[in-house]
Amino acid sequence: MAAFSDQLLVVTIMAYLAAMVCYAAEYAFSARPARALVPSGAPGAGSAPEPPEPPAQRDRPDGPPDRPQPARALLPWAARGLILSAAAVHLATVVTRGLAAERVPWGNMYEYLLTATLVATGAWLWSVTRYPAMRKLGIFVAMVNVLLLGLAGMVVYTPVGPLVPALDSYWLLLHVTAAITATGLFLVGFVTIVLYLVRIGHDRGRQGFPFTLGRKLPGAETLERVSFRLHAIGFPLWTFAALIAGPIWAEAAWGRYWGWDPKEVWAFITWIVYAAYLHARATPSVRRTVVAALAVAGWLAMLMNLFGVNLFFEGLHSYA
Amino acid sequence: MIADRLAAWLRNGWRQLTSMRTALVLLFLLALAAIPGSVLPQRGVNPQDVTDYYAAHPDLAPVLERLGGFDVYRSPWFSAIYLLLFVSLVGCVVPRLRDHLRSLRGAPPDAPRRLSRLPRYAGGLASPDGPATTAAALRARLRRRRWRAVVREHPDGSATVSAEKGYLKETGNLLMHAAMVVVLAGVAYGGAYGWHGNRLVVAGPEHGFCNTLQQYDESSLGTRVDGGGLAPFCFTLTGFDAEFTETGQPLSFLASGEVSEAGGPPRAVGFTVNDPLRLDGASMYLLGHGYAPQLRYTDRSGDTQVVTAPFLPLDPLGTAEGIAAFPDANLDSPEPAQVAFHGLYLPTAPAEGPLARSVHPQERAPVLFLQPYQGDLGLDDGRPQSVWTLDQERLDSGALAPAGDPEFLAPGEQMTLADGTTVEFLGTQRWITVSVRHDPGQPVVLIGAVLLLGGLVLSLTGHRRRVWFRASPRGDGSEVAAAGLPRSDYPGFADEFREIVAAAGLDPLPEPALRST
Repeated sequence: MAAFSDQLLVVTIMAYLAAMVCYAAEYAFSARPARALVPSGAPGAGSAPEPPEPPAQRDRPDGPPDRPQPARALLPWAARGLILSAAAVHLATVVTRGLAAERVPWGNMYEYLLTATLVATGAWLWSVTRYPAMRKLGIFVAMVNVLLLGLAGMVVYTPVGPLVPALDSYWLLLHVTAAITATGLFLVGFVTIVLYLVRIGHDRGRQGFPFTLGRKLPGAETLERVSFRLHAIGFPLWTFAALIAGPIWAEAAWGRYWGWDPKEVWAFITWIVYAAYLHARATPSVRRTVVAALAVAGWLAMLMNLFGVNLFFEGLHSYA
Repeated sequence: MIADRLAAWLRNGWRQLTSMRTALVLLFLLALAAIPGSVLPQRGVNPQDVTDYYAAHPDLAPVLERLGGFDVYRSPWFSAIYLLLFVSLVGCVVPRLRDHLRSLRGAPPDAPRRLSRLPRYAGGLASPDGPATTAAALRARLRRRRWRAVVREHPDGSATVSAEKGYLKETGNLLMHAAMVVVLAGVAYGGAYGWHGNRLVVAGPEHGFCNTLQQYDESSLGTRVDGGGLAPFCFTLTGFDAEFTETGQPLSFLASGEVSEAGGPPRAVGFTVNDPLRLDGASMYLLGHGYAPQLRYTDRSGDTQVVTAPFLPLDPLGTAEGIAAFPDANLDSPEPAQVAFHGLYLPTAPAEGPLARSVHPQERAPVLFLQPYQGDLGLDDGRPQSVWTLDQERLDSGALAPAGDPEFLAPGEQMTLADGTTVEFLGTQRWITVSVRHDPGQPVVLIGAVLLLGGLVLSLTGHRRRVWFRASPRGDGSEVAAAGLPRSDYPGFADEFREIVAAAGLDPLPEPALRST
């Protein structure tokens, strides 16, 4: 079962990768709707993010211009199907991992990442149901998942094993579940706020690499609002994980509810920065770019909390 | 004159301090100020790490010490930031609380003159009843939807309904901020009236201890705690069971012992990681465990002494190092001939290869490697010495010299030192390290944290919004207009407003009638 879960992880990554490629292709083709009618060498072509792949299609002399091109029309469906399959296999990876270990599968950093990315996919799918324009973010969700799952599988992979006694508590279920869910939500919130920055940069006429992507993104207002809602759900969960369940567990395990262990320090920093983000967003006089920068800073603190603390510092949370 | 300027200056300073901008800056500073505490070793977390840091950076450490770098979370600058933040919080929350209480007691404000200028507007509606009756019916409908609604009748014959909802958002927000003050109060209370002590306990009735400050290797008392009044109990460790996988990963620990509280009869207790021993006025937590080899030394005059020496675990597979000292040995000899052994203990020695590392943390093939030393242990000169290693200065100066070749001993085996005396490895006892703690602030902090979360959820999910209806006389009936104003970011308000207007039971005004007038 453990080996099966590991194989499923490979399938998951491949599926996200394939979805990413489909999204990229869809992105590239739809980026130039009028190009087929314009002679080659049109000005402004250099601003497109990706090179036009199939010149053959453009050069095809005959055929009415409005006839749907089957390959292109299929791309969005392929991307959609692939990312949904990827999410399903991803879920199966987590479930089989849990079955193999005979416990909830979040006892080490590998399992944490595996589950947090699943939550991130779920959060994105939720945002698509509420804001259909968010569908365009599929490529970024797939990309981040490929990166993080690759990292999980190659760098922090841990074979299936029983829990160390320190983790053998029902607080594992409450504390870590809340923390993982908050991590997944903050991840999508972060991706969305970065794209928001790209989008407003593009709207203000900025040129250059990241801003050229802005043209194909959902509107700035939608991105900002979705990001806020994800943070607004993630923040109470993080509060519960870091400031209630964590301390209660720490009291039972180590004798004190708060001891400034490096993980506790960075959970606190993360909480403070996200609190600053929520305050800033509720204050109209604060510039929106500053608000977005605070959300980005929150995610950086989160990354430090996730990886930095386990890699750089010796602490009580060193399980992975 | 000066008093006026001072007052103006103070007022301005207070306004600055309680502004959101300052609060944001302070929040960010607090986050930054917390970082050094995760980079530098902290005395409150692990005092030994601070000592090691001093050894590694003898020049830098005193400077950092002066700056509070080893006690960041009690340093003046960290305290200054969070105290300013709390002053800013209180200064911001108290006026808001006053306003909120006023708006909770009072009625929603009257409708603005031009409803059509508001973000949501629906006009041209007709009611068969007069303005007063229409307004009363609308108010009743809004009340059923749990809006706070009030009717006002105006001299021109019109009547307005003002309704507001979502007060819980502000209530939750204020609750959340007040809860932070509760948390801080709980932390301060625990700091004043809490205490803790850490120590090592070897199994066996002769190694038990009672809860007094002198019994702890390391302890701290709250500022308001009298060290004589700690919870009265005595504890003896009777056994320690640990289970491991084949690879040596721990599966479970269980410390069993006997405890007697307030002079009562001893009762059997067990506790483990995540499941501490709860006593009246204190809790005991299992922190660590290890083996303590027992040695019996027979000196030159034939006297025997037994020492149980806890060894410090060096790796997860149980390899442990320590010393066993016999300061009362060979008292008759003319030159100082105290005896000490430096030892390395392997609970499971490898079947082949060098005997340097244990291969499993359970005692399957125990081996003790002993190097004897003889001379002056220097225990009487008053300097503190490590209980895990021999004093390197004494070894270098020759005050303490090897007294024979090292040997590997299995339990029951003995070795002979250079002077003909013998030492026997009797076996091992288990030991555990425990932390005994009492923090009366905990329940306060927990209540504060739960209120904080509750307030946070209310404040993030709530939506403050207002709706107005104006009914003006028109023939026998009235003409009605409605308007809505979301007072916070609330994308669903448009739908809600439409739905409220649709459910109001009003018809559109007859079109021709509109034209004819």
